[in-house]
Amino acid sequence: MLTVLLLFVLICGSTGGEIAISHGAKRTGEPKRMRPWELLAFIGQVMSNGWFLLGIPLMAASFFALLILFSWHPLSFVIPISALSYVVGALGAKYLLKEEVNAARWTGVILVCVGVALVAAG
Amino acid sequence: MASEKRLRIKTLIMVLTMVVCAVTGDLLLKRGMSEAGAVQFTGAGLGLALAHMVTSGMIWLGILFLLGFMASQMTVMSWADYSYVMPAGAFGYALQTFLAVVVLHEVVSVKRWIGVLLICIGVVLVGQTKPRTTECAERVPEKAVASC
Repeated sequence: MLTVLLLFVLICGSTGGEIAISHGAKRTGEPKRMRPWELLAFIGQVMSNGWFLLGIPLMAASFFALLILFSWHPLSFVIPISALSYVVGALGAKYLLKEEVNAARWTGVILVCVGVALVAAG
Repeated sequence: MASEKRLRIKTLIMVLTMVVCAVTGDLLLKRGMSEAGAVQFTGAGLGLALAHMVTSGMIWLGILFLLGFMASQMTVMSWADYSYVMPAGAFGYALQTFLAVVVLHEVVSVKRWIGVLLICIGVVLVGQTKPRTTECAERVPEKAVASC
């Protein structure tokens, strides 16, 4: 039961964190030019954004769940299940970020999810 | 049309930077931690591991690459969809497998090769879609540094 709960924290924490950071980065707006100082200024702006500050604890919770799961279960069990985060991420992108996830993108996401699971299990 | 091509090219460059930084960072961390040997879960063992981590150049270089990964991921997500960047980033698993075979001369199972093939097909499929499908309306005006 605790393993299921930690897998939930692992998958939802990492995707929730990335979705929050993605939202924060989009609200900041893209850097005008790819020059080092402008990129640093852009990163500073994203990091001071509330969405980034929400994303970091979610990702930290996911990371700690991963460490605990690694101490309980083999890598070949944890990583294939964590590949579900690609599907959960696409669902989050569609319903929370209102992105257009069409059939080609869904097929790609599912192939990547199965592929990552096979690579980790192999 | 020209702006979409430009968007695709800069997204591709940033995703490749992201993947290379992540794979290199992971490899350097693995090398750095291997030098320390297996970490013992005792007070002294963890203290020794921590001392090794803060003094190892390999680990600091690994951290630098992982910071590069995070910076490039944040940058690309400022203009491209999360559902576009996230699966494209999985190409790192394929790259790791190729490096394991070419550099480390590891033997890779058929199951893993099938996984790599599925990842590559999936990434190509996602790559055919538009990198950005949302509007820029939600952007915070005072913090905006560029137009969409």
